[in-house]
Amino acid sequence: MLLREVQEILDAEILVGEDKLDLEVATAFGADLMSDVLAFAVSGCMLLTGLTNPQIVRTADVLDIAAIILVRGKKPTPETLRAAQEKRIPILSTKFILFESAGRLYEKGIVGCIRKVDQPSVHL
Amino acid sequence: MSICKEALYREIFPVDGGNFDDAGLVSGKIKMILKEMGLANDVVRRASLVTYESEINLVSYARHGRIELSVVPGHVAIEARDEGPGIHDIRVAIQKGWSTANDRIREMGFGAGMGLNNIRTFSDIFHISSEEGSGTRLRMIIHIPQNQNPKTGGIVP
Repeated sequence: MLLREVQEILDAEILVGEDKLDLEVATAFGADLMSDVLAFAVSGCMLLTGLTNPQIVRTADVLDIAAIILVRGKKPTPETLRAAQEKRIPILSTKFILFESAGRLYEKGIVGCIRKVDQPSVHL
Repeated sequence: MSICKEALYREIFPVDGGNFDDAGLVSGKIKMILKEMGLANDVVRRASLVTYESEINLVSYARHGRIELSVVPGHVAIEARDEGPGIHDIRVAIQKGWSTANDRIREMGFGAGMGLNNIRTFSDIFHISSEEGSGTRLRMIIHIPQNQNPKTGGIVP
C-alpha cells in the first residue's frame, strides 16, 4: 500500500513529507511507550502513536521507521516538526483513535510488524 | 579490551543531565557516522538503539556524562559514563519493568523499565558497573560481520 492510501483511509492531514506519499508501506506498530517501540518495531513499518514530542522522530530514526501516524488528532510540537523535516520522516495526523486507525488499516491489508512479542518479525 | 591504537573512528560526545529537549541527538549523530562508514543496517540500527537508550538514561538520571563511540575492525563499542546517583542494585535495575522514572521521563515515552533490558538485548556484549552516589558506566559492543569492514578514508577525526 502507498502512504497516500494510508492518508485516505485515515482521512489524515500530512504535516511532513508531502513528497513521500508514494512510499510503499505494508506493516505497522502502535504504542505510546518508546522503549516498547525500540524493543519490538521493525524497520520500514509505520509508527502509530499519540505522543507528540521529538522522541517519536528520534525513535523512528533509530529504527528506520517509514512514517509516523499521530492518532487522536494529536499535533506535533514545533521541535518534533523540525526534527522530522531534518530526518525526512513523514508525519501524518488522523482524528481516529489508535484502535480505529489500526482496525481501518488492518482491514485494508496492513499488518503488525510483529504478531506477538515472542514471534519473529513480519516481512511482506 | 585495548581499542585505542587501532580505532578507525573515535569520538566523545558530552551529554547534559536533565536536557530532555536534546535527548537522542547523540544517537542520531552516531547513526550518521556509522552509516557513512558503510556498516550494515543491522549494526547501525543496534548501535544507535543502545546509544539512544543510554542517552535517555543519562539525561533522565545523571548530572552529566559522556558517550564514547569507537569503531575498530570487528566491532563498534559504545561507552556511556555518567556522574549521577548510580544504581543501588544492578540485578534489580536490569529487570524488565523496574523503574524510578519521574513524570517528565514518562511523558517522553520512556521510564517503563525497559531501557537496560533493551540495551542488553540489542548488544552483542553488555557490561554495566555502578557505584551508588557516584555514577554508572555502560559498555556495549556490537559485532561487525567479517565481510563488512568499515571504510576508513577521511573520516577519522
